[in-house]
Amino acid sequence: MKACGTVFKYGDNIDTDVIIPARYLNSSDPKDLAAHCMEDAIHSTVNFVENVKPGDIMVAEKNFGCGSSREHAPIAIKASGISCVIAKTFARIFYRNAINIGLPILECDAAAEDIEMGDKVEVDFNTGVITNLTKNKTYQAEPFPEFMQEMMAAGGLVEQTKVKLGLK
Amino acid sequence: MGMTMTQKILASHAGLESVKAGQLIEAKLDLVLGNDVTTPVAVKEFAKIGVDKVFDKEKVAIVPDHFTPNKDIKSAEHCKMVREFAHEKEIKNYFEVGQMGIEHCLLPEKGLVVAGDAVIGADSHTCTYGALGAFSTGVGSTDMAVGMARGVAWFKVPGALKFVLKNKPAKWVSGKDIILHIIGMIGVDGALYKSMEFTGDGIRYLTMDDRFTIANMAIEAGGKNGIFPVDEKTLEYIKEHSAKEPVVYEADEDAEYDAVYEIDLSALRPTVAFPHLPENTKTIDEAKGLDIDQVVIGSCTNGRMEDMRIAASILKGRKINPNIRAIILPGTQKIWLQCVEEGLAKIFVEAGCAFSTPTCGPCLGGHMGILAKGERALSTTNRNFIGRMGHPESEVYLASPAVAAASAITGKITDPDDL
Repeated sequence: MKACGTVFKYGDNIDTDVIIPARYLNSSDPKDLAAHCMEDAIHSTVNFVENVKPGDIMVAEKNFGCGSSREHAPIAIKASGISCVIAKTFARIFYRNAINIGLPILECDAAAEDIEMGDKVEVDFNTGVITNLTKNKTYQAEPFPEFMQEMMAAGGLVEQTKVKLGLK
Repeated sequence: MGMTMTQKILASHAGLESVKAGQLIEAKLDLVLGNDVTTPVAVKEFAKIGVDKVFDKEKVAIVPDHFTPNKDIKSAEHCKMVREFAHEKEIKNYFEVGQMGIEHCLLPEKGLVVAGDAVIGADSHTCTYGALGAFSTGVGSTDMAVGMARGVAWFKVPGALKFVLKNKPAKWVSGKDIILHIIGMIGVDGALYKSMEFTGDGIRYLTMDDRFTIANMAIEAGGKNGIFPVDEKTLEYIKEHSAKEPVVYEADEDAEYDAVYEIDLSALRPTVAFPHLPENTKTIDEAKGLDIDQVVIGSCTNGRMEDMRIAASILKGRKINPNIRAIILPGTQKIWLQCVEEGLAKIFVEAGCAFSTPTCGPCLGGHMGILAKGERALSTTNRNFIGRMGHPESEVYLASPAVAAASAITGKITDPDDL
């Protein structure tokens, strides 16, 4: 499985209030949430909602998704069409939420440091190899533990639970 | 190799003799929690699983507290959906407006969590119950849905940081100042994926409310959970509030910690976190003098009885600055009533403060005290991210109830000692 798209680049500690401000949490509809995704990233030079295209990739530095447990954050990112989020580290609740809902995420220091806003990037989920087509460089991400690969292959935690309960 | 307190609780709930950091396990849950923001998503996911019933009607708690009393039509629809789910699934611990409180103030008060429990909650501040010697951690809505269906959750066993708290806290230094100091020291990802285990002789000077505040903000350092050893104060609190039997776990002497920090509580100063991260801490001596527009005293971090009493002791016989809006939100109905009975409500109202029904409201910029562009709030809440309490160009400063009350009086960030 591969992803390929243009990068939206962010810095350290992008919190879930920035990803989807609480003022929009009175809806749980993915389309409504996507319409306000990254709205409070006020220091970003590129407007996310106006420019994002299906398949695009988000890259950030450390502790991406810190703060609130709102699953609305990975839901908003996924519903925006983002195919993969790459960061140095993810806050732990965001990390498990992303895996649970089937939003691909990868941890890779070198990629997070080197990739810039607007770069074209390709990600191979099977090998963990990230290719920067703009800079003609590759980076190696840590592969997921088998347990998580199985969950992602099953289509997330709910689908895996159905199998475990014999409902599928 | 010994185990930490957290690892022992996880091992026991996974039915294993021992576990080690990094191991992936499935653990049985004693309680699954959700609120009015996270439960609607969980209800949808629960329906997709295809089971009829929750795993145990007694072991699910749903507390509509974020946008309640319903702030708008969309929130009302969410609450209605959650209410109908709770009724249909016969969930025993559903708390309607009028009985509810801010979830992390309410659950310990209702005796729903005791020492030794394993708890997940679709709210990041679920780590609060570590104060009771329980393993509790925040998760998302899908985890809540699967937790309700199966009574289990997957966990990566965390490593741990040990915080040795020494000596008696200095004057005006509360649980809030201790945890802000720690976050300032290790950063907002300083405990990422890890347990924060608190220990040391200083703990005996900390009230249960102090401990709830400290454990509550473990997530602001990126921690999976924060946890306190069980002592006489813990057991007394549990006995007073719960019919459940506590199970006491202790860290092994040879448990492995990624780092050990010693903190002299007698040397700490009241601490304020500046925008836009809880790690941007300054002592009150560096912070004081900054003009503010609003003060909020409340939330799952500082909405407990002791917080109310400290604020009232400072506000008694005084008026707040006319340029300040001060909003006081007791954490539960019980605390609200106690504020009335002890005369604190009168002190707050006579000082010029708004005294509200329990809600998370302003903490997350929901309602009941949103900030305009350029406004500044000093708040006893837990996050000061961009736009957290309103306009993206507003600012939030985090502090203790004592500093908040003193600052309401002067209109500037103020050391309670300077009044």
